[in-house]
Amino acid sequence: MEKEQKHVAVIGAGIAGLHTANLLAQSGHKVTILEKEKYPGGHLNQWHHLFPDHSSPEWIISGLLDEQLQFDHLKMISSTEITSIEKNNGHFAINAGNELRIYADAVVISTGFKLFDARQKEEYGYGLFKNVITSADLEQSLKSGQPLTTASGKTPSRVAFIHCIGSRDAKCGNTYCSKVCCITGVKQALEISEMLPETEIFCFYMDLRLYGSKFDDLYLQAQKKHKIQFIRGRLSEAAETHDKRLQIKAEDTLSGRPLRMEVDMIVLLAGMEKNEAHQMFSSTKLLELDEHGFFKSKNIQLTRNETTQPGIFIAGTCICPMSVNETIENAGAASILVNRYLEHQQLTNHHE
Amino acid sequence: MNEKLFVIPFVAGMALLFIILIVKGYKWISSLSKIDRLRLINALKSRRILQSAKDIFMECLIHRRIFKKNMVLGYMHMSLAFGWFLLIVVGHLEAFVAEKSLAVPFYLPIFFRFFETGKEFAGSKIFAALMDLLLLFVLSGVVLAWSKRFYKRLFGMRRTTRLQYGDQIAMTALWLIFPLRLLAESATAHQFNNGSFITQTAGSLFFNSNTASTLALPLWAAYSLALGSFFVALPYSRYMHIPTEMLFIIFKNAGIKLKKRTNSFTELAIYSCSRCGICLDNCQLNNAGIKNTQSVYVLKSIRNKNIDDEQLFNCLLCGKCQVDCPVGIDLTSLRITQRIESTLQYNASYAYLENQATTKAGLIYFAGCMTHLTPRIIQSMQHLFELAGEDYWFLDKEKAPCCGRPLMLAGQYDAAAKLIRNNTTQIIASGAKKLVVSCPICYKVFKEDYQLPGVEVLFHAEYILRLMNAGLLKTAPLQKRIIYHDPCELGRGSGMYEIPREVVKNSGQLIRIKNEQEHSLCCGGSLGNLKISQAERNLIRDSAINEYLSYQPEYLVTACPLCKKTFARNRNMVVMDLAELVLEASDEFIKRKKLKGNKVTNIRELETLIQS
Repeated sequence: MEKEQKHVAVIGAGIAGLHTANLLAQSGHKVTILEKEKYPGGHLNQWHHLFPDHSSPEWIISGLLDEQLQFDHLKMISSTEITSIEKNNGHFAINAGNELRIYADAVVISTGFKLFDARQKEEYGYGLFKNVITSADLEQSLKSGQPLTTASGKTPSRVAFIHCIGSRDAKCGNTYCSKVCCITGVKQALEISEMLPETEIFCFYMDLRLYGSKFDDLYLQAQKKHKIQFIRGRLSEAAETHDKRLQIKAEDTLSGRPLRMEVDMIVLLAGMEKNEAHQMFSSTKLLELDEHGFFKSKNIQLTRNETTQPGIFIAGTCICPMSVNETIENAGAASILVNRYLEHQQLTNHHE
Repeated sequence: MNEKLFVIPFVAGMALLFIILIVKGYKWISSLSKIDRLRLINALKSRRILQSAKDIFMECLIHRRIFKKNMVLGYMHMSLAFGWFLLIVVGHLEAFVAEKSLAVPFYLPIFFRFFETGKEFAGSKIFAALMDLLLLFVLSGVVLAWSKRFYKRLFGMRRTTRLQYGDQIAMTALWLIFPLRLLAESATAHQFNNGSFITQTAGSLFFNSNTASTLALPLWAAYSLALGSFFVALPYSRYMHIPTEMLFIIFKNAGIKLKKRTNSFTELAIYSCSRCGICLDNCQLNNAGIKNTQSVYVLKSIRNKNIDDEQLFNCLLCGKCQVDCPVGIDLTSLRITQRIESTLQYNASYAYLENQATTKAGLIYFAGCMTHLTPRIIQSMQHLFELAGEDYWFLDKEKAPCCGRPLMLAGQYDAAAKLIRNNTTQIIASGAKKLVVSCPICYKVFKEDYQLPGVEVLFHAEYILRLMNAGLLKTAPLQKRIIYHDPCELGRGSGMYEIPREVVKNSGQLIRIKNEQEHSLCCGGSLGNLKISQAERNLIRDSAINEYLSYQPEYLVTACPLCKKTFARNRNMVVMDLAELVLEASDEFIKRKKLKGNKVTNIRELETLIQS
């Protein structure tokens, strides 16, 4: 019996989508990647360096794209946003903008996350005070290669990092941990300290969740070598002074005292949120979302990449917040489950 | 055996009730403070007693306020209260006429038909007809009261109060009194032909000569027993409101108010609650599935002395319940007083606030903690002060003393008083003539609990409207559909509804909505609730947002930083403060005058630009 070639549609060309697509193409399936942006790579395109090794994300994206070239049966359609997915007799019809309609035997959703909009936390002044930026803004600034300055072009003498912006914060509706921001903050603090050794750096945190194997090393390095100060306490508010510095009010919960200080710059470590595109899948009852608006896995232990809909799989940060290496691992796991599903389908069809 | 003895349950119940009422009444009056007692004496001597008489008639008998809420509900209360009252009055007149004497045994008018079996007297037929009519009137109320348990909607209610044992006993007795009276009178009418169109007809319908003569006495006895049981149960039930409310009205009209500590007036207010349940539907905690902390239940728990903090502190203090309270109890203040009582041991130190530098200025701006969490409002206020060329001092710019209101809401009155003293010293020392606040929570406490002679306390809406009227702030209305959300502390709390609306009208297209002004919704963010979870708050917020969205507004404008923050967390609507709206409308004015590109920092520069 000759094996009939199956077609898999992958939605989203971030690193999760790219890696899953490559692995599936390698297994011999026909793969189509749909990307709404002009270029693949997703959020990683805006990132300067990755933790814990300060490597550049560019080689990850280019490595994944280079790999694609070996497969004729893998193609990518960019600048295309999908409008709906229908399921008929175990097959999927995907409708996209410009009247594109794609039929697939399985679908992988790798639509990623949305960065928390820090303007929601008005008390920290993002979008209002020029010297309040987010971790993503800082990453872009670092990527530009220009030395870090305040809005008026001065070298900041004091920078404060604020952890958990939009994470573990019931008031803004996100009660979960975004997981990667703690270590991102430590990494960025180290980078600023290396760039501007005279600058004092403070990190305001509520818990430091440095879960990765190499993360604590960075944390120790930050404290011992770079004298970065970690203060346990969330900010109550920030206010702009007449010279455009920022006054911070917080409570140092370890010493139990209220704290007030002026800094030149605030970096808000914005968390990861559900991608609003998820709403489309749940509104048609095709897929279920979890309590945070991420896709719900069929089983959180065994089949993390299977959705509640047979034939539709999920990979990467559309499931929950993940780091880059976890996303890659997760994408690998997704491809194995897709393979298993398609093989099973082949067998059943053959028996019929 | 003397068959007259059947009146004993009635007489005994009545006597017991009178003793209890006299003891209670004496206790309430005698434990008033000296000043309040003088107020009461003065009121009794002055024309205010007439006002009280009128209020008692209108509220305790006619139930005017309930009529305003729902006609059927109003009729039910009126037929029971006013109908019964008339039965007593007319019944007495009838007995006086029949006996040609005022000295009749006091039970005689109550059981008149039993004792007066067919004696003709002046107008006896008319009296009989009138008494039948009144009995019908009361019975219609009983039928309605009974059907209210099943058809709440007919009475404009979605929820009715859960009853306690005392209430159930008294209510059962009350419901039995009038049907039993009807049966007893009918039986007697059938025997002696002394009834009228109702009792005579019912008599021939229900009885034959045999049953009428056997059942008459037991029925009269049952009627007496129902009356007696009702009177005995009354002081332990919600029906205690009947005598208490009259005294409450007299006290209130004498100018006696709730204090920061409980006293006999607080108790009077608590006993005046009829547990009608009208407050239940108004409570937005229902949207969060919280069903046992509403005012009616808190008052019940206070009266039963089993109030706990879970119940007491799970309230938004939004004041929606008291808008429709037929007794006019100040439910919010009453709850705050109870909170003060339950947190007496707490007291904080604010030593860190002492020895602060004071700045001399004509105007003080006090942002308050909540405005500090919404820096856009602060920025807008500073911009407005600059536009108006104001010499101002931003009192809580760096160190942020609290105004005291959140502590007050939490019942921590002594701690609040310390902050109030600290802030008062600062404000007086600055020599300012005006104090502008941008938070209605601060506004209420500055207005009510501070003593600031020579300092005018202004809410930012008032200040902005003055600038507009004085031509110091020029705006062009934006082409935006705007809903104005009344903050609880500003609207129901301080009675300011129109001023902010004037400001909105000068800045955009104000849409009128159903639940506004005193019926406005709470955002759910209230500082008054110390027990509610964030998820429950979100439910209250979202139900309000959904109602607003149905009007398809482009902006939701409020005048409270806390409302703004609460609403802004639901990401479906553009939410802003009045001060921000006004500045946008001011920019629009500059744009329309084609002045854009010229930096305008104050009104004088603007005027020069317009002229040139």
